[in-house]
Amino acid sequence: MRDHWGDTLQPALVQHVELTAIAVVIGFAIAFPLALLAHRYGRLEHPVGVVSALLYTIPSLALFQLLIPFSGLTWTTVEIALVSYTLVILFPNIMAGLHSTPDEVLEAAQGMGLTRLQVLLRVELPLAIPAIVGGLRVAVVSTVAIATIAAFLLPDGLGYPIVLALKEPTPFKTEIYSAGGLAIAFAISCDLLLVALRRALAPWAVTGLA
Amino acid sequence: MSAAAEIVFDHVTKRYAGRDAPALDDLSLEIPAGTFCVLVGPSGGGKTTALKMVNRLIPFDSGDIRIDGRSVRDLPLTELRRGIGYVIQQIGLFPHQTVGENIATVPRLLGWPKRQTAERTVELLELVGLEARDAERYPAQLSGGQRQRVGLARALAADPPLLLMDEPFGALDPITRFRLQTELRRLHREVGKTVIFVTHDVDEAIQMGDRIAILREGGVLAQYDTPDAILAHPADDFVAQFVGEDRALRRLALRTLRDVTLEPGSQSEPGSRVSPDTTVRNAVSLMLETGDEQLVVVDGDRVLGVFHLRDAGELL
Repeated sequence: MRDHWGDTLQPALVQHVELTAIAVVIGFAIAFPLALLAHRYGRLEHPVGVVSALLYTIPSLALFQLLIPFSGLTWTTVEIALVSYTLVILFPNIMAGLHSTPDEVLEAAQGMGLTRLQVLLRVELPLAIPAIVGGLRVAVVSTVAIATIAAFLLPDGLGYPIVLALKEPTPFKTEIYSAGGLAIAFAISCDLLLVALRRALAPWAVTGLA
Repeated sequence: MSAAAEIVFDHVTKRYAGRDAPALDDLSLEIPAGTFCVLVGPSGGGKTTALKMVNRLIPFDSGDIRIDGRSVRDLPLTELRRGIGYVIQQIGLFPHQTVGENIATVPRLLGWPKRQTAERTVELLELVGLEARDAERYPAQLSGGQRQRVGLARALAADPPLLLMDEPFGALDPITRFRLQTELRRLHREVGKTVIFVTHDVDEAIQMGDRIAILREGGVLAQYDTPDAILAHPADDFVAQFVGEDRALRRLALRTLRDVTLEPGSQSEPGSRVSPDTTVRNAVSLMLETGDEQLVVVDGDRVLGVFHLRDAGELL
């Protein structure tokens, strides 16, 4: 592994982090306002949910292929696919979070004279944090995994050393283990970070308190 | 401290779509400032509907509700609600906020300075029987009774002249309920606000209310009077049945031996010794149990007088 760190693995890891980060950030930036809109106007929730669920049924490799005629063999193609998948995970999770406020809490909030916006900002959003972070955890981990498939299109990310190794005739393919291991380590680190984030943002939801 | 408010229901009617019978049928009710008014009745009587119309969580079709002469429809919704304390059975504390933050909800909405809010929070925790350090705890760390104490403190936070309580003790165990009922009565004497309190429990209504409004199915007001007057003169068979056939005994429970004229007596009088805070009902019960014809009312070592079994009947 040390032999290939500088020339192969390190750049692949950096690219992988970039692929994942861009996908999750853009996915969240779309899913969050969409969920707020759907929460405000109930009619939107169902159509958005159906479209994003349909997207998820397309196999990722096939989705990459479908996009190539439009955006070519580029990062854009890869990101469009990855963002679609994060949307499918993030949107319903954010919705579930926004819907998780118990009825009596909403009634009390209304009864005390909070405006609609105050109810959203002071009650519904804080209570949605555990579900939103939960959605982010699934989105990040699955994006780290799906991003390896991008190597079928581009020579980038942790998937690329794996694809190369598959083509080699040698039986002992170190790259598969080292690149695969890095992907797993990256996914677990992200997950732990998000768990820490939830604890910081929602101390009241720490297990054992509820 | 802000004064208590006078509440007037003026021919208020409410029908829910798709139902024949009105939820509330031409309700007229005057609740003088500072009164503890209990709305009681079977389900379908519209008592919760009537309560939630005051802070406009439920709109009414016709008639009017006035607080100190001003229609609830004339005030902006948020302003109206911030001026009314609201307590519900499920409490509805904000689970993501500490007890202190929960209590500070309305003061914060009203833009109170931080220091004033903090002082008020400590004062309220003490008022409802909690400790200052409870302010740092989350609702999930409290018992049901403690949570409802916080709910009450939160409703009282901005010192509103009116408190609406929708079956606040309905989900509590009997011992906790009794304790909170007793404390709410004490609190009412201390803070002197107008309270509208909904319950389906006639015992609770009799124990808590200065005045009781009995609503029957279809949202019709069956009787509105003091507990004593309702027990002594039920308006009709429905009320008589609703308050129970043991209403004579219930009336005796409304009075303590402090309220009755005792016959002078000395230390040598026979009979059990009881405190003047004993209800007449319990005094009668004790005499029936021991077989005595009389009790000696004592305050510490001092004999206040003698109470005879036959005196009880004359009270009715």
